[in-house]
Amino acid sequence: MNTHRVARIAPAIAVLAALVGVWELVTRLAAVPEWLLPGPSVIVIEFIESLPQLAPHTARTLLEAVIGYGAALLLAFLVAALIDQSGLARRALSPLLVTSQTIPIFALAPLLAIWFGFGITPKILIVALACFFPIAVSLAGGLRNADPDMQALVRSMGGSRRQVFSKVKLPSAIPALLSGMKIAASYSVIAAVIGEWVGASQGLGLYMLRASSSFQTARVFAVIAVIAVLSVALFLAVDVVGRRIAPWIYVRTEEAQT
Amino acid sequence: MPVAGPPVLRLVGVSKFYPASGGPSVQALRDVSLEVGRREFISLVGPSGCGKSTLLGLIAGLDDPSAGSIEIAAGPDGASGEVAFMPQRDLLLPWRSLLDNATLGAEVGGGDRAAARKRARLLLPSFGLEGFADALPHTLSGGMRQRAALLRTVLLDREILLLDEPFGALDALTRAALQEWLLEIWERLKAAVLFVTHDVEEALWLSDRVYVMTRRPGSIQLNLPVGLSRPRTRAVRGTPEFAALKQRLLDALLADTS
Repeated sequence: MNTHRVARIAPAIAVLAALVGVWELVTRLAAVPEWLLPGPSVIVIEFIESLPQLAPHTARTLLEAVIGYGAALLLAFLVAALIDQSGLARRALSPLLVTSQTIPIFALAPLLAIWFGFGITPKILIVALACFFPIAVSLAGGLRNADPDMQALVRSMGGSRRQVFSKVKLPSAIPALLSGMKIAASYSVIAAVIGEWVGASQGLGLYMLRASSSFQTARVFAVIAVIAVLSVALFLAVDVVGRRIAPWIYVRTEEAQT
Repeated sequence: MPVAGPPVLRLVGVSKFYPASGGPSVQALRDVSLEVGRREFISLVGPSGCGKSTLLGLIAGLDDPSAGSIEIAAGPDGASGEVAFMPQRDLLLPWRSLLDNATLGAEVGGGDRAAARKRARLLLPSFGLEGFADALPHTLSGGMRQRAALLRTVLLDREILLLDEPFGALDALTRAALQEWLLEIWERLKAAVLFVTHDVEEALWLSDRVYVMTRRPGSIQLNLPVGLSRPRTRAVRGTPEFAALKQRLLDALLADTS
């Protein structure tokens, strides 16, 4: 199984390695100035050298992302459950939920800075806003699509609405919830960084802005790499948790792949 | 074995209409009257779409009849008059182990869960499910899933089991094996069975009486006592009595289709 996995991702890794190699070669052979486009090796050295400063900024951004994500998850759960249980709430909120996805949340960052200052609050809020919609929309959809026959079965046993919700609807919605949570996880770090761009005392966004305004391009790249790694790590964390709590979801797809 | 006394289930003049958008309402059932005696095995056969499943849904309390009455005798312990309903699909909840699926009824009804689990474990061998208590449904074969669904139905401890084409989706061999096994289980149970099928041989071989329904709107056109002695063996299917009964059922069904 493990060698199988390696074989599956090997081509992607080869392409990535080739791209990095070409990048390094081009910057060296064409003698591109470092402030314009540093090569990968320069970026790695910069990353290692700036690690002592990078670490606290990273910790701050991660904190904002995780708190905002948690708040979004909680709120999305409440809203999706309300929509599911009340017809009035569904008619009132569902259209808003769907159309609100077209609003560019990140454009609200300057407003949030005006209202809540430059502390941690506006960053958490922007992360929460960016993460709320994908989770709420997918969870509401998952609850709505729960198998009506399974719900009827629990009702035929004398089950209440609440039991139908907890024993059938909610577990049925876990796959949809997880896919919404994965999308949200990949938004969370960049949302925190954008919040920090508007104004902050600490965080990767601030560190990146400072580096770019002083043309320390290698450092900008190092920060981008950290943001990318954090986003992927959060995405994978949700995936791992999902596989643990809902192993039955993955059965069919894995069977299809082998 | 059927036992004399008042019926455990009595339907009188049951009709069901469904509202149709932009037209007159559709009648699914017309004036259905039938009785199921204590510990009687009754089959309900009819052409597809004749409203058999609608009828079971009404008896299971998932919907209300438009006219007529459905009386279900209270259990010996004075428990509310309810039936145990096994829908067409096995509807095992994919996130629950076999044992947790089987004891869903006790959980929903607020019964003693530990006792229900103990009883379920004791019944596993006779349901051919020994050693699979902790298996998730997707790891089970179609026949095992169907037996697990029946175990869940039996554990509801009701006087009447409603089985909606339980073997409809299985291959012929598994189906034949499960029919024999169902007879064995039923002979030990103290419950009446109302068995929906469109397979006349299955209906005859299993039942004390067979009700034949007409096409939509479904009504009862024939109430045929089977009168073959029990316990029945497979050889019964080759006897002239069986052939004559089968002919009568087919005549009734085909006369209605032409």
